[in-house]
Amino acid sequence: MIYQPIHALADAYRRGDLTPPAVAEAYLARIDAVDGRVGAYLTVVREQALAAARESERRWRTGTPLGPLDGAPIALKDVLCTRGVRTTCGSKILEGFVPPYDATVVERLRAAGAVILGKTNLDEFAMGSSTEHSAFHPTRNPWDLTRVPGGSSGGSAAAVAAGIAAGGFGSDTGGSIRQPAAFCGVVGLKPTYGRVSRYGLVALASSLDQIGPFAQDLTDAAHLLGVIAGHDRRDATSIQAPVPDYVAELARGVAGLTLGLPDEYFIDGMDPDVERAVRAAIEVLKSLGARVESVSLPTTKHSLAAYYVILPAEASSNLARYDGVKFGLRVPARDIVEMESRTRAAGFGAEVKRRIMLGTYALSAGYYDAYYGKAQSVRTLVRREFAAAFARVDLIVAPTTPNVAFKLGEKEDPLSMYLNDVFTIPGNLAGIPGVSVPCGFSVSGLPIGLQLLGRPLDEARVLRAAYAYEQATSWRTRHPELP
Amino acid sequence: MIDRNDVEHVARLTRLALTEEELERMREQLNSILAHLDTLRGVDTEGVEPTSHAVDIVNVMREDVVEPCLPQEAMLANAPDRSGELFRVPRIIEE
Repeated sequence: MIYQPIHALADAYRRGDLTPPAVAEAYLARIDAVDGRVGAYLTVVREQALAAARESERRWRTGTPLGPLDGAPIALKDVLCTRGVRTTCGSKILEGFVPPYDATVVERLRAAGAVILGKTNLDEFAMGSSTEHSAFHPTRNPWDLTRVPGGSSGGSAAAVAAGIAAGGFGSDTGGSIRQPAAFCGVVGLKPTYGRVSRYGLVALASSLDQIGPFAQDLTDAAHLLGVIAGHDRRDATSIQAPVPDYVAELARGVAGLTLGLPDEYFIDGMDPDVERAVRAAIEVLKSLGARVESVSLPTTKHSLAAYYVILPAEASSNLARYDGVKFGLRVPARDIVEMESRTRAAGFGAEVKRRIMLGTYALSAGYYDAYYGKAQSVRTLVRREFAAAFARVDLIVAPTTPNVAFKLGEKEDPLSMYLNDVFTIPGNLAGIPGVSVPCGFSVSGLPIGLQLLGRPLDEARVLRAAYAYEQATSWRTRHPELP
Repeated sequence: MIDRNDVEHVARLTRLALTEEELERMREQLNSILAHLDTLRGVDTEGVEPTSHAVDIVNVMREDVVEPCLPQEAMLANAPDRSGELFRVPRIIEE
């Protein structure tokens, strides 16, 4: 039952071939067996998971399941607030914090009958691309334990790849779902900004953050998105647009669709294996009837710099709340300024401190226009270029990352780590949906991801094209051999 | 280029009690990152409106009605230090 997609589990529950408690037990046993080596989880909620699975079994037995996710064992990135279950953000500063409420996404998953197995590891406060920089422990790539799973949602990506969750959720601010999905050989979807409520998602950069699923295949991704998408009055930035039936749209194929191929996404220094796999994937899409046209997104090369102004600026403001007053860590001191300064110094890791400093500097008097104002104007250019491209093409097709998973400790210099997200960041700046779907392996056996980007709120077409590619290939049948 | 004084000033603004070593490393790393960010200066943004949000949103209005909120005890349960119904903090105003 491990490595069965969620929709297959639902079929088995319906037929009575499997029961949710048996599946939950199997997943929990496998977590015990392999997660010591992978390190995907920060918290496993065994008893809660089994209780939820028993409830689910009752519903399936009486023919009243809550939908296709009923009884599905899933993992949540530890930035999603879970009522009564500690939520750490991979940081020491949230020591002892137990949220009094569920994030909207968590509430909707529970209402759909999902069985939450636990909370997964991440780079502290979702700042990073490797999941090495968690205050607890690094997560390792199930395909090669000497390598990173990507990040920041590396725990959820690794959990799905390692068969210790049937599906998972992460957050994507600059690529934190798509990049680890590519590195771990699973499907990862970043929806349109505002498609999914951010209520209860611990904020990193509020104008960029978006929650999305990790899945074993596109059918599961469509189911998972369908449950979490939609307006929420508790998030004023969530979009009031109807949620289509993403699953029903999947099988419409790519014949007649035009895909844009941006030259700017094939850069010097990228891994030749990645380029080869992505170009081969484009040939597959052509053979399925898609047309491919060249498009130009010239501001791509400035997206990284714009992002590393906007993100730290927003993060420095969002993270001001960790002051030792109402929740989390407190380092005692004589006066309040000293208490706050010591608490923050002791509670935050190096990368978080760096970004808080950078953001505060970029917003400070005398530098605001040169950095923040300028970056926001560059963001406009990025949006305009995508809009111009989408006037001609239906989707943009590109690599998810320039390289495959790197070794733990390989990227010590912050800037070289940032460069990992060069192909995913523009999608966040423009707020458009994007998916990473497995499209092959490097010579060394590491997964490669194909990225498909779409118009705002056009997740259905993004998923449908990725599904057509997935069905024409068999990458999803390969799984890592965990030692 | 930002110097040591700038770094100390920003650290104070952000309430981060950094060590000598951290301040020095921060100065080096911020300069290296800022050198990359400075490439933005080369982008022509004359007359380009800034984007603060990818999706065009207008103000979201709702009726101003009282609704139940999280119970006080639930909100205080995570307090590092409390006094009855209050969060307790060290002295703020000098004697």
